[in-house]
Amino acid sequence: MLKVFYCVLSRDITLALRRRTDVLTTLFFFIIVVSLFPLGVGSEREQLRMLGPGVVWVAALLASMLALERLFAADYDDGTLEQLLLTGQPLALLVLGKVVAHWLLTGLPLVLIAPLVAMQYHLSGTAVWVMMAALALGTPVLSLIGAIGAALTLGLRGGGILLSLLILPLYVPVLVYGAGAVSVSAIEIADTQPYFYLLSAFLMGSALLAPLAAAAALRISLE
Amino acid sequence: MTINWFKFASPAAFYPIAGRLIPWFSGIALALVLVGLFWGFFLTADQLGGSNPQKEYYRIIYVHVPAAWMSMWLYLVLAGWSAIGLVFNTRLSFMMAKAVAPTGAIFTFLALWTGALWGRPSWGTYWDWDPRLTSELLLFFLYIGYIALHSAIDDTRRADRAAALLAIVGLVMVPVIFLSINCPDPNQCASLHQRSDPGSIHLSILIPMLTMTLGLWSYSFAAVFARLRTIILTRESDNAWVRDVIAQETTA
Repeated sequence: MLKVFYCVLSRDITLALRRRTDVLTTLFFFIIVVSLFPLGVGSEREQLRMLGPGVVWVAALLASMLALERLFAADYDDGTLEQLLLTGQPLALLVLGKVVAHWLLTGLPLVLIAPLVAMQYHLSGTAVWVMMAALALGTPVLSLIGAIGAALTLGLRGGGILLSLLILPLYVPVLVYGAGAVSVSAIEIADTQPYFYLLSAFLMGSALLAPLAAAAALRISLE
Repeated sequence: MTINWFKFASPAAFYPIAGRLIPWFSGIALALVLVGLFWGFFLTADQLGGSNPQKEYYRIIYVHVPAAWMSMWLYLVLAGWSAIGLVFNTRLSFMMAKAVAPTGAIFTFLALWTGALWGRPSWGTYWDWDPRLTSELLLFFLYIGYIALHSAIDDTRRADRAAALLAIVGLVMVPVIFLSINCPDPNQCASLHQRSDPGSIHLSILIPMLTMTLGLWSYSFAAVFARLRTIILTRESDNAWVRDVIAQETTA
């Protein structure tokens, strides 16, 4: 069973690494969105420090959502997805493999670039660590929940816009606690631990349920 | 005696019943809404509260609260019919879910709108990021997502099933979303918890409010059945019985 998982994972990563621009586009989208906000709202230090956590998280939400369209689309177009459905292996596991690959290619770069964008918003050292940890826990949840939406909107016209309509409301809890953890870390006495417990709980819950829902959605879309 | 639970699961069997029920529900809805509004607007106290009383404008709760209750209840109905449709593979359940969605969205919008009108005199602003407002707004987005997904897919069977799955995923996420909005800071959840207890509402206000709720409920039945009948006719238009129905109704 794990072999299937690794097989899908390594295949997706190999394919993506041969077309590196896709990975970089998501990353630069994230950086550009984050960089635009100070131009729009003004570049006062205190203001930026307050807005920073929320802006970075909303940008991460949008970036991971834009990348979602590609999660199943290429495989759907060339028929690989139908072959995957026919393999007789548990589909949820295959979906999980694809989602993990997707996160390694689009979510992980956001986590790693976070210190750089945090500098643009004058966040403190602790806040940077908290942001990286929160993003590391939160972005996989975004990929997992998003996979359901990507599977439901497979091959539809205007799928990308529709996907955002379906998925963004479901991202709210991750946004609230992810950005909340970073904001709270600026206050000395406050405790960020509950935020991480909740984010971890979301990760566990969505890792368990989202692949099943996404697999069911793929069956509906491809029948 | 064995009961055939699926007797009315056939669109052909349910179509005439829905038609016969619509006038009843419409009539009951009209009567209850008129009674509830008259009672609420003219027979209750002029103001609410003690030191900082809410004046006449509080009366919008007779529309606002029932609409908000209906919006939440109808999402449960929507997800329920979606689940039944996915489990039993009954066409009518999906049609029912599809017919419920617009009514639910309308009540959600009505609750937001009346809430904004009430917020202006009492809070001094049309919109505030109060947990209940935000939750209701997200519920509205969930309804819109369901309707958008359903109308984006041309194949009826896929549209029904995909939207049904979305409704169920939404239902699973609703408690988490509401929790995160109600308690953005987990360090202080206990103190921030909001409670709405119907038992704390004075009877003279609660009864007209419940009357309105039942009225809106009847309205929902009537509106959903009317929408359901057109959905049935559109989808079953290849069948002979639909042609008979249309021939009957055009000659009559």
